[in-house]
Amino acid sequence: MQHHKKSAKQAVIENYAALVRRVTPKSKVGQGCLRSFWVGGAICVLGQAIADFGINYLGLTASSASTFASMSLVFITALLTGIGIFDRIARYAGAGTVVPISGFANAMVSPAMEFKPEGWVLGTGARMFTIAGPVLVYGIASSVIVGILYYFIQW
Amino acid sequence: MLLYLKVFLVGGLFCAIGELLILKTKLTAARILVVYITAGVLLSALGLYGPVVRFASAGATVPLTGFGHALAQGAISGVQENGLLGAFTGGISATAGGIAAAVFFGFLAAICFKPRPKDF
Repeated sequence: MQHHKKSAKQAVIENYAALVRRVTPKSKVGQGCLRSFWVGGAICVLGQAIADFGINYLGLTASSASTFASMSLVFITALLTGIGIFDRIARYAGAGTVVPISGFANAMVSPAMEFKPEGWVLGTGARMFTIAGPVLVYGIASSVIVGILYYFIQW
Repeated sequence: MLLYLKVFLVGGLFCAIGELLILKTKLTAARILVVYITAGVLLSALGLYGPVVRFASAGATVPLTGFGHALAQGAISGVQENGLLGAFTGGISATAGGIAAAVFFGFLAAICFKPRPKDF
């Protein structure tokens, strides 16, 4: 009798473990990558649509249309960050909003707003570059190196 | 329409790789941005990124690697036009629109919107 009771308890525990396994997402990594993939892809599609609009309706060249698309995405990011929607999308999408130009824009807009209480110069003005600064340092420095190398060995 | 599919798939792939790096290597978002822009400059200089841009257009230019690509190509065409001086002026000239927009709209957002407490 005692033995029987014990195994019933055991069964409950096993059932519960099975339930936990069933309702837990297959893998956190898979879910995160899927979310990043579709949101990031959608942001790029929006960029392409804006660039095509620039080429077809504003008479822009291909390269200015690409700049126009980047600037528009930066504007949209700034607006959505300002009204608090961007954070919610970013929490869902992870790298999906970080890797596109929206991530760079958000990294500037968000601290610009957040550190306003510390003043317009050392708050907004300086903190804007907490993350964007390093990005520009490594991006610009490596591009200058590429330029100098190209000057000497035109490959 | 096929172009839009390519844009979606390639752009999505760049982001999924970024997510994988964040989850597997504990790289912070700031480091991801630095890694992506530097990788973009390198791949572009080696001539490997241009074909990706021709294949997927905004799918390759919107991710931050595309920003690096624009920097590198700007520096190279700067050298072609102005010699060594162009190595310094070319990169930022090519990306000036995006950088100025981020500074300007960031500042504008700080003026227009109240900072809100982070709820996470």
